Amino acid sequence: MEIDVKFFASLREYMGRTSDKVTLEGEATVSDVWSELSSEPMPGNILVAVNKEYTDLGQALKNGDEVAFFPPVTGG
Amino acid sequence: MKVVVQHEALDPYRAIKHHEDTVLESGKHGGVVSFVGTMRDFNHGENVTAMNLDYYPGMTEMHIEAVCQEAMDGWDVMDVLVVHRVGDMYPSDPIVLVAVWSAHRASAFDACRYVINYLKERAPFWKCEVTTEGKKTWVEHNSKDPGVAESREKLV
Repeated sequence: MEIDVKFFASLREYMGRTSDKVTLEGEATVSDVWSELSSEPMPGNILVAVNKEYTDLGQALKNGDEVAFFPPVTGG
Repeated sequence: MKVVVQHEALDPYRAIKHHEDTVLESGKHGGVVSFVGTMRDFNHGENVTAMNLDYYPGMTEMHIEAVCQEAMDGWDVMDVLVVHRVGDMYPSDPIVLVAVWSAHRASAFDACRYVINYLKERAPFWKCEVTTEGKKTWVEHNSKDPGVAESREKLV
């Protein structure tokens, strides 16, 4: 399956890019996407969204999903 | 309910007036409670000269709308307007406006506090501050309003 990936704020700088595409075989979760992107473990404070809804690393994915990784939010 | 995320400068009092004149039915509301968040020139003891606010187009609006809907469902209010700046801004610039119209003041005060608190907690925005020395720093977390839990308890 093809997954669109987005990074925001300090994580975008850490990863050195704003977006990426990942191709995964068979069943996969958000955790598998991170493993494809980086050999480092995901920083502990990072939040995850799939198709713009907050979720966690265990969420199962389907083809075409948009996965976003970002630090804690600081709006308002 | 109206939610706007904009790069343009925000004039919160003009936005309230415009919304009231164009959307609200004249004579029906008893008041409007507003919260206007502005940019400080200090944070954690450092002087801040500028700020860039990053966001996640689509997700940000979606989550602000969800918080506004919760407030509309939870209190007897007539309308909610939220306008949030993104991009480059400077000290004293308005960053966010939350305005809540209702027939009676208590529900408007409570709903307004709920919206700003949960917007800060859930809407994906990220502040990057620039200090007088030119150092860029991502703000790691927002300060908490001690009324957050109380506000939530009242709703659920």
